[in-house]
Amino acid sequence: MTDTKEAGTPVGADLAAIELNGVKKTFHAHGDAVAAVKGIDVSIGEGEFFSLLGPSGCGKTTTMRMIAGFDEPTEGEVFLHGRNVVGVPPNKRDVNMVFQSYALFPHMSVFENVAFGLRRKGVAKSEVARRVGEMLEIVDLKGREKRRPRELSGGQQQRVALARALVNRPRALLLDEPLGALDLKLRQAMQVELKRIQREVGITFVYVTHDQNEALTMSDRIAVMNDGRIEQLGTPREIYERPATTFVAGFIGTSNVLSGTVARAGAGRAVIEPGLGERIVVPCTAAPGEEIELTVRPEKIDVRSDPPAGDGCALRGTVTEVVYLGMFTNYNVTTSTGAEVVVFVQNVSSADDVATRGDSVWLSWDPRHSYVIGA
Amino acid sequence: MTSVAAEESTGTASRRTRGRWGDRLLFGYTWLIIVWLCLPIAVMIAFGFNDTKGRLNLTWQGFTVKWYGRLFSVPDLTTALVNSLTIALVATAVSAVLGTLIGLALGRYRFRGQGALNLVQFAAISAPETVMGASLLSFFVQLNVGRGYWTIVIAHIMFSLSFVAVTVRSRVLTLDPAIDEAARDLGATGWTAFRLVTLPMIFPAVLAGGLLAFALSIDDFIITSFNSGSTLTFPLWIWGAQKNGLPPQVNVMGTLIFVAGVLLAVGNALLARRRR
Repeated sequence: MTDTKEAGTPVGADLAAIELNGVKKTFHAHGDAVAAVKGIDVSIGEGEFFSLLGPSGCGKTTTMRMIAGFDEPTEGEVFLHGRNVVGVPPNKRDVNMVFQSYALFPHMSVFENVAFGLRRKGVAKSEVARRVGEMLEIVDLKGREKRRPRELSGGQQQRVALARALVNRPRALLLDEPLGALDLKLRQAMQVELKRIQREVGITFVYVTHDQNEALTMSDRIAVMNDGRIEQLGTPREIYERPATTFVAGFIGTSNVLSGTVARAGAGRAVIEPGLGERIVVPCTAAPGEEIELTVRPEKIDVRSDPPAGDGCALRGTVTEVVYLGMFTNYNVTTSTGAEVVVFVQNVSSADDVATRGDSVWLSWDPRHSYVIGA
Repeated sequence: MTSVAAEESTGTASRRTRGRWGDRLLFGYTWLIIVWLCLPIAVMIAFGFNDTKGRLNLTWQGFTVKWYGRLFSVPDLTTALVNSLTIALVATAVSAVLGTLIGLALGRYRFRGQGALNLVQFAAISAPETVMGASLLSFFVQLNVGRGYWTIVIAHIMFSLSFVAVTVRSRVLTLDPAIDEAARDLGATGWTAFRLVTLPMIFPAVLAGGLLAFALSIDDFIITSFNSGSTLTFPLWIWGAQKNGLPPQVNVMGTLIFVAGVLLAVGNALLARRRR
């Protein structure tokens, strides 16, 4: 084993930056065994912006801590650039972490904070000064080298934490809800900033968050986690448009979940016919008589007062709530199947609301936007 | 902006008129307490300059500084003072190191026996000194250990340890555990992380605990008297000598210890202010 973090094994071009193989983690507290991570297999590519998204307690932070080396997996293997690092302490792993609380050293200046990692590696003094200066420039903190962390604003502290980790040029940067403590405006600005910095330095980012917008905005790929497992792994578009499970559909954005028994099938399509003139068309291979569950995103649905023409999806319902939200209007509709459906209608013209509360309406959408859950 | 400023000034003005008599009372009371607390010390300092002729140093007989010149002319007293100082230094050093380790463990980790350790610590702090002294004596007698210098040191370490541990623990509890992890993450070994990150953050508590330990040790009488054997410390010597009259050197040494204490306290306050 090498004793510095920078020296490492030769890197193959197709080697994953991070690979988790059947990783499980069980904590023991008061005699109870609590399974935090129940088996994760994932491979994160070089230079990728990868998010672990999920509600609190889903195991995303534990997963990250196992990559950093603060927790060891109960079962399974963790590879950093092809090297199994199980049992290797955090100070010997070539990854750095940005903590949710920033965890800056309060008794050190900004410069000393950022220089900490380089000094541990014995980098020459002039080189330390150059690289710290460079990094402070990237995070836009030039001229604040001598400040103490508490003299900085939350956003500035956040950037010091980022610089302190990135200056070491780690193989991967792990970020644990780094924007959680910032207010909305600053958070949005930092999202753009983080993405820019990631492009600039070209380092693999593993980003832990419970904020779906954050994950959708920045990530190349997202792993949606729930109860210690990955529910779905894919690009933001895949995750949003084709949620694989009811959990993902519910967790990412607003999603309508419909269910029914297939009445007709053919040509790669299944049709549910809840009532006269009503049909839900789904592109899938389910056979007649099969019970299926599907999702449709609210912005894909149209609201109209007369039955739609053609052979698209058509569903009858009653408007229970209309909320005007500026850019669009939000309709809550109780369909004839009993399901609650949310519809976003864009306020494109100055036209009045398409329907009001209590109206009987028809919902219609293109079959391309129906996705079977679990297919 | 201006309205806010105006409001503030009227606010303070009314508070001032309302509290004028209250303020004066508080002011007078404050100084009364300060004088009350300082008077015995002032008397001690003054009688170090008393030109006393006989064995008793109880009445004022004129000003002199000769006792400062003859500070070490009572050999037993000098030995006792040296004993007290070295015992205090050793006890402080040992209890600072051990207490810091205990405080760190109590504040940072969860382990079997933690609750018991916490309880025992507070018991050690709150137990009557006579009980501690007597039980320690029977402990040494049972083990057939001859009482003397080192039994005093052991006794002093025992009772000052908890004070350091409690002070350090409460400081550690306020620290973000992620800071230590961050140091490890940035390539520091466990020892380096402690030396460069944890220790500087808990140092004020270690210092405070250490000063407390020193202060407790240097003037401890009860526990020491049980376990001293034939070794004399400064307080023990004074206790023994006061029946025959105390030489003014006692006052001089008391004054010097007091001045050193004040200087340490002031230095600590200045350091804390600069740190802030």
